[in-house]
Amino acid sequence: MDFEFNIILESIPSLLQGAKLSWYITIIGLVGGVTFGMLAGLGRLAGTPALGDPHFGFYKLGSRLIRILSYGYIEFIRGTPIIVQAMFIYFALPLLVRTMTGLQDFRIGALTAAIVTIMINAGAYIAEIVRGAFLSIDKGLVEAGMSIGISRIQLLAHIVGPIAFRRMIPPLGNQFIISLKDTSLFIVIGVGELTRQGQEIMASNFRALEIWSAVAVIYLIMTSALAFLLKYFEKRMKIF
Amino acid sequence: MGKSFGSTKVLRNINLQINVGEVVVVIGPSGSGKSTMLRCINALEMITTGELIVDKIRLPKQRRKVHNLRLEVGMVFQQFNLFPHMTAIENVSFGPWKARGLPKKKAKELAGDMLDKVGLASFSNQYPAQLSGGQQQRVAIARALAIKPEVMLFDEPTSALDPELKEEVLNVMKKVAEEGMTMIVVTHEMSFASQVGKRLLFMDQGRILEDGNPMELIKNPQSERLKDFLVHVQ
Repeated sequence: MDFEFNIILESIPSLLQGAKLSWYITIIGLVGGVTFGMLAGLGRLAGTPALGDPHFGFYKLGSRLIRILSYGYIEFIRGTPIIVQAMFIYFALPLLVRTMTGLQDFRIGALTAAIVTIMINAGAYIAEIVRGAFLSIDKGLVEAGMSIGISRIQLLAHIVGPIAFRRMIPPLGNQFIISLKDTSLFIVIGVGELTRQGQEIMASNFRALEIWSAVAVIYLIMTSALAFLLKYFEKRMKIF
Repeated sequence: MGKSFGSTKVLRNINLQINVGEVVVVIGPSGSGKSTMLRCINALEMITTGELIVDKIRLPKQRRKVHNLRLEVGMVFQQFNLFPHMTAIENVSFGPWKARGLPKKKAKELAGDMLDKVGLASFSNQYPAQLSGGQQQRVAIARALAIKPEVMLFDEPTSALDPELKEEVLNVMKKVAEEGMTMIVVTHEMSFASQVGKRLLFMDQGRILEDGNPMELIKNPQSERLKDFLVHVQ
């Protein structure tokens, strides 16, 4: 059994191209993920005391619907494997659109499908992060805010929001790392990210040990860098 | 007014009128409804029967005006509830700035005066975590006073404080009373009741059992319940 470093050196450019794509998918995906996460997370709290004055002025009917829709989205995504979600978005969704609208050429690019999958998938988990952060706010602070006569929006924007946001940073950083690793699953829809690049090189030279070691190490470097960045951020922020 | 949580009656037939400038001290055993009554007055809890009138605003009829009602009722909590991510002066100026609509600079000046009044002018830029319990509660009093309410409510303001720190808070409360503020204070500090209070209410099981002059009631309690309670408190 011989371990040839040369193989690794030759593959690095290709692997790094793949790694670049992994980052790209993760970052754009998370921008959407945070958006969906905030909407769904706050959606689950619509009309509840966690978002302010429980006694006056919220529309019970509307908020119940928002809560149900948010809950449905979160549970569906958390209850299904990400690979299945990717397959659905890449294969099943365009088919649905083609049959329903008659647009025979409708297709979703593999890269687009990957990004959308991260958006929807991370969104569901981030929703629970958001919900947890808002629920963790001491009720006394909300009451103090109400007592000095500020409105619910002011309470959310100046008191509850800033504190909840700070509490979300550590778990959000964690989700970043998780989503980065999740991109490896998009090999199944043909996206040329890091894992797929590794697979293609290995398919041509059969040096499984060298290639997969290199791929693993590259992932390790990427996630470690993220973890380090996260630690730095947490130290600098005052989390109340 | 009356208040029930589901089927549990917490306040029964509270028939109470408080006049401008009165310093009312409320005492009673745990569960008697003292805190709940206080929280009904600034609408943190909504009464289930009867009517609450504060400064001409009627609840529950004028639900929409609850915001205006709260501007006239300041509250000091047992757990202080200062905003942890803001400095003392930011905590105090927040109400006048956002709720009363004062320009930020004016609000900060006002806050500075309030902090000075409670003896904490030099602590303006400290965060709550850097302050002692007594100091935090004094900031909380300044914060409540800053919106210039008509009434100040105190919900066991010194109960969470070490004995040495209670005095500084009680002294500030005495000062507020001497300036003519209408106050309703739920407390176990009998010294405050007799020295600063003008009127004493004894509550038990959701009712006001006794209502009168603090010195007299403490010396000559009419009801058995109050007699029992006073024995335990002393």
